[in-house]
Amino acid sequence: QQSHVNGSVTDAKTSEAIPGVTVFVKGTQRGSITLPDGTYSIKVDKGEVLVFSFIGYQNQEVVVGPDANYNILLQQDYINVDEVVVVGYGETKKGDLTGAVSNVSAKDFNQGVVTSPAQLINGKVSGVQVLSGTGSPTSGSSFRIRGGASLNASNDPLIVLDGVPLEAGGISGNSNNFLSLINPNDIESMTVLKDASSTAIYGSRASNGVIIITTKKGSKGNISVNANSTNLIQVKTKLPEMLSIGEFRNVVETDGSDAQRALLGNSNTNWNDEIFKMAFGTDNNVSISGMIGNTPVRLSAGYYNQDGILKTDNAERFTGSVNVSPSLLDDHLKFNLGVKGALNRNTFANTSAIWGGSTMNPTIPVYSGLSSFGGYTEAIDSDEIPVTGAVLNPLGLLNQYSSTSDVNRIISNVDMDYKFHFLPDLRFHATLGYDYAEGQGNIYVPEEAAQYYQTFGRDYTYGPQKNENKLLTTYLNYKKELSDINSNVDVTLGYDYQFWKSSTPAYDVLNVYGDVQSSTAAYDQRHALISYYGRLNYNFMSKYMLTATIRQDGTSRFSEDNRWGTFPSLALAWRLSEEGFLADFEALSNLKLRASYGITGQQEGIGNYNYLPVYTISQDGAQYIFGNSIVNTWRPEAYVSNLKWETTKSFNYGIDFGFINNRISGTVEYYTRVTEDLLATVPSAAGTNFDKQILTNVGNVDSEGVEVTINSTPIDNENWTWDFSFNATWQKQTIKNLSLNPEAEVSNTPVGPTIDSYYFQTFTEGYSPYMFYVYHQLYDESGKPIEGAYADLNGDGEINSDDLYHYQNPMPDYVLGFSTSVRYKDWSLSTSLRSYLNNYVYNGMSMNTGALGTMSYNAFQLNNLHKSYLETGFQSRQYLSDYYIENASFLRMDNLSLNYNFGRIYDLFNLNLTALVQNVFVITNYSGVDPEISNGVDVSFYPRPRIYSLSIGIDF
Amino acid sequence: CTDDLNQYPHVRDTSQSVFSKPENYVSALAKCYASFVTAGQERGGGDADLSSNNGYDYMRCYFNVQEAGTDEIGSTWIEGDNIGDLTYLSWDANDPWVADMYYRCYYSISLCNEFLKNATDEKIAGFTDEQQAEIRTFRQEARFLRALSYYHAMDLFHDIAFADESHIGSSILPERIESQDMFNFLTTELKSCSQGMLDIDQCEYGRAPRAAAWMLLARMYLNAEVYEAGAKYDSCMIYTQKVMDEGYALEGEYAKLFNASNDTRVGRGNEIIYPLVVDGTSVVSWGATTYLVCGQADQDYGYDPEEVGCAGAWGMFRVRGEIPALFDLDNDDRAMFYIGDQTQYMDNGVDDRTGGYFVRKWSNLTDDGEVASNTASDGVDTDFPMFRLADAYLMYAESAVRSGANMSTALSLVNELRSVRNAASVSESELLATSDGIPFKFFLDERGRELYWECVRRTDLVRFNCFAGDNYVWQWKGGVKDGRSVASKFNIYPIPAAEISANPNLYNADY
Repeated sequence: QQSHVNGSVTDAKTSEAIPGVTVFVKGTQRGSITLPDGTYSIKVDKGEVLVFSFIGYQNQEVVVGPDANYNILLQQDYINVDEVVVVGYGETKKGDLTGAVSNVSAKDFNQGVVTSPAQLINGKVSGVQVLSGTGSPTSGSSFRIRGGASLNASNDPLIVLDGVPLEAGGISGNSNNFLSLINPNDIESMTVLKDASSTAIYGSRASNGVIIITTKKGSKGNISVNANSTNLIQVKTKLPEMLSIGEFRNVVETDGSDAQRALLGNSNTNWNDEIFKMAFGTDNNVSISGMIGNTPVRLSAGYYNQDGILKTDNAERFTGSVNVSPSLLDDHLKFNLGVKGALNRNTFANTSAIWGGSTMNPTIPVYSGLSSFGGYTEAIDSDEIPVTGAVLNPLGLLNQYSSTSDVNRIISNVDMDYKFHFLPDLRFHATLGYDYAEGQGNIYVPEEAAQYYQTFGRDYTYGPQKNENKLLTTYLNYKKELSDINSNVDVTLGYDYQFWKSSTPAYDVLNVYGDVQSSTAAYDQRHALISYYGRLNYNFMSKYMLTATIRQDGTSRFSEDNRWGTFPSLALAWRLSEEGFLADFEALSNLKLRASYGITGQQEGIGNYNYLPVYTISQDGAQYIFGNSIVNTWRPEAYVSNLKWETTKSFNYGIDFGFINNRISGTVEYYTRVTEDLLATVPSAAGTNFDKQILTNVGNVDSEGVEVTINSTPIDNENWTWDFSFNATWQKQTIKNLSLNPEAEVSNTPVGPTIDSYYFQTFTEGYSPYMFYVYHQLYDESGKPIEGAYADLNGDGEINSDDLYHYQNPMPDYVLGFSTSVRYKDWSLSTSLRSYLNNYVYNGMSMNTGALGTMSYNAFQLNNLHKSYLETGFQSRQYLSDYYIENASFLRMDNLSLNYNFGRIYDLFNLNLTALVQNVFVITNYSGVDPEISNGVDVSFYPRPRIYSLSIGIDF
Repeated sequence: CTDDLNQYPHVRDTSQSVFSKPENYVSALAKCYASFVTAGQERGGGDADLSSNNGYDYMRCYFNVQEAGTDEIGSTWIEGDNIGDLTYLSWDANDPWVADMYYRCYYSISLCNEFLKNATDEKIAGFTDEQQAEIRTFRQEARFLRALSYYHAMDLFHDIAFADESHIGSSILPERIESQDMFNFLTTELKSCSQGMLDIDQCEYGRAPRAAAWMLLARMYLNAEVYEAGAKYDSCMIYTQKVMDEGYALEGEYAKLFNASNDTRVGRGNEIIYPLVVDGTSVVSWGATTYLVCGQADQDYGYDPEEVGCAGAWGMFRVRGEIPALFDLDNDDRAMFYIGDQTQYMDNGVDDRTGGYFVRKWSNLTDDGEVASNTASDGVDTDFPMFRLADAYLMYAESAVRSGANMSTALSLVNELRSVRNAASVSESELLATSDGIPFKFFLDERGRELYWECVRRTDLVRFNCFAGDNYVWQWKGGVKDGRSVASKFNIYPIPAAEISANPNLYNADY
């Protein structure tokens, strides 16, 4: 029985009538708009829902009851305040957030071919650094949120995929890039939880922040099909600056010995041209989304195949996903079933060829013209066998080495959400998750190859390593608007159980004749985590907000006395812009102050049984002989029986602001953080344990930082749109204490990569982690470094390890990100840039090949030198000279893309074309291959390629 | 289901379950023995025992700290092997080899302590009498091995940390113990444990017989003054005499003590008292004797490595000119040098491979001249004789001469040994002579001839007051071609800086 309903629509704040508001009956085609005086009239049935929507305002819905008149107050729409953001165990409106949470949705992701989901948000979020590995397609990326909180335990954030916390670490055959088994094209949004208020709900795993990845679900409209294909080429960029062939000949003739001169050949070989190539890649994805009956469904499939610029390097991946979201019982019972699968085949190049590409003697030919060693020129001794420790022919290293791995992964989850019939404000949610991965590989090196020549090659398989991760999450959520007291409450109480298992059978490394070269023991590691948690969100008058969380975790990684930990947090927010006294500031559309405090934990990056006195049996070949018996030995492992969580206490203060209807919006955060009971590997007193160093709870690290984000849309009209966003991060970490014994003198714990067992970095109390610890080089009057001459910093007349000093560290002081896009009609041009300031890199390649002594490691071979030799003239390597530590500040254009939207073609499909360049340029004073070296030591780095791609996208 | 929070290792085990079975005791003891020659639980040092700078086993470290700075060796790989400061006597408390040696000593000590902690009468009470008796013998051997490592630590570092069973897995910091107190502890300990150790006939190959404990006692007594424990030459003679009475005999062919069949020269009627076992199949090591066999071989300048059964010659070592100078090269079986085109002295630097003779004392060939193992993939098959009878002869004789007692026995022992080595006999006055200002220098020289490259040189030089200082200089001592005096602090190695930061009870007096 339809009847007329009418009323007026006014602005809730200004009480002015709003003309042109769309009024429509939910779920139908019927609708109307408001007249210039803001009034409307429409025919509806009782019980139907009217939706009022207008740009710049929040939608409002009204259920039609017996009344015939409904006057509507529309709230202005502040910066996406109604946008729903996924947070831990639930969702919240952006406007109600009390913590430091950043959300990046698909439309803002980095474009182009990304090897890992981490790359999607590189440079997009303040306080988040993406540490990309190398230029290899098999290499991955990892995240650092606010620099990480730990030293030796993990600094990786917890990653939660559709409600399933993923296991840290990798798998055999894909140790670096486990996350890549999730197709970036299936990702809907990534939410970064930075402060303790938002992360503490994840308790013992939250100190390094949390990244919540949500994948795409079926849409409720008609069936739509999206297909896109990207094809690309990768080209090498910068390589180490070695001597040119002319300079090399000259140096050998001038500075070399007679024996060395005799080793000069007549060829002109560019070894880098032999090992690097232009690489092709393709990435193709299809997805279908829509309703089957009443059930939203999404299917997707992807195929990715990428060669590396280093010959023989390749990654290939098939992915598929299915998502079904049925609703039952009048939407009271909702399900979401997701299955994601990936088949990954990696072909690993022997990356030691990169060293050879730089250092192999350029005056000798690639091929010897003989049949030995597969025809490759190699350094041989007087017995005509390859010289021990020689640099091998890099092309031979690549072509005579086959290493492949197959890694398969399936991640499935079932969500159930039930709204109680008798109490619709209360709902019960359960997630069952199962993540299974299997990785195995094969390595083959022919007998005649110079690598493994004396042991007759290699031919063996390893694995399969099997990783299992089972999850049960259940929580009750009660959400109620208490309009009498102008309040909203939202309470969640939950229980989680999670179990991980990783196992690998024993395997032997064999040569081509099946002789055992070494044996690796079987591996079987398990751990479990049980958790109880609760959260209260309270909102008063939409102005004052409070979030309190508490989580209790029990882990199998610690003894019964230490295994339970409690992690509370509290956050307050005040939306100043809702206050009357600011109502006159028309330009100010949003202003919110936030403060939070919380305690989080950390238990990743340590072993599963480190608190137990574990014994390991030896493998064959590591036995002992008593009489006529060969005895396998039992070895006790180092352990710390009272091991416990690392805890981090953090404060976070934030301001969110928006001006001119949020045309300009942004956030400023300041945080301080104290990590206590740090899980760190420190020297242990000899005689008390079974290692020189043990991982134990010791000391603390303080950090602080400022993060600024600004988003703006200066122009937005029919023909033109211009967006830009900028973020900046300043961060600082200081080790406050790092000794089991508080009375001990400050010690320098050597850390980081080594070259010839020299360490370059230390952990030292009072300094940032990973400070370089080196000698201060002295220079002559012409500015040339004097070999072996260092500053006698303690003035005792001797140069020894007391003269080492702390000099800079690889972590940037500032991280900047900038993205912008301009649209003109159907064209858009966008770019993103990233910059680090004051990150320092040790140019290991320059040091390690920059001395005359490195021209020959044996009597049968010459090696090319780094150009730095021309400058230093060093006779032998100066490992610990600060000469090699350089400021590697840089500005990198990550990508530049041009997109044209053809629109509807023949009314059949939409067509979209994008041309894109990735890694467009790098501006830096750093002299090595790449200024972005996450561990700060640059040796034989696999260069990051420049990528040119063309994508075509079709939507049906 | 909070029971799931009790997760225990699979594949591996916990100490509780390991020591619930009597048959596991022999495997736990075997680790104490193996810790001297291998560096991990996988073939060739994989699955490393402990974090270290260079990643090598006990004996590779011990060889370097006892030999590299002395007149016995010149190392080619000074830069690559980080061995310059050892070679030139200029190390400090951050030296990678010194630190590795220190931690290796304490690693072996900890293994023995852990064994002793789990082999108490109380813990083994549930086993059969026979099993208990065997484990009690194991216990004495573990005490011996602990004493051996402690002796090395005391000899190298003097005033060190003392840790016993009670320190394992605890947070009690070990106390500093001065060398004379350590000396007293070790002599008491060795006298006690030797009584429960097996005699020459009962002891199977690979395990330490009681004579090994006596040898260690004798070596400590010989050097007692260095540890500020007073002169103990009479005690040295008592224990060397016990060794000589036990039933060992000098080996007629010197070279067979160091080849791949030297496992057959252990026990009654043989010269080797206690060997460290190295085997190309079962006990694969890239240190210990593999380091010596492959390290001495050099196909570029030296003899054909096949002559010592070596597939992979590492070309690392030559002997400094002073050592061949001790020999009558034509009349002494022990002069196992390869001269070729080499100059005797290293005039162009320690790392110039044309200077210094090569040594071919260590071999991976069997008695029959067969190659015993593929050294490039398996290491060698040659055992390291930790104690052998010739050393007992020389220790007895030196003690006799120094204390002025039993001179005739001393002379006959020396000449018996020299005669077996086909070297000319010597007179009593030669034994007693002070030459080049060094009293009883004959013994320093004779021990050099008999025991070069067997990890005793530094200890001997220190006893003769010839290591630091300028009583004796050799080429490149102190980093200069003709050698120079070095500070007396270099008689003792510094406790590593990392250890001092971890244990404030310790300090270095001179570094």
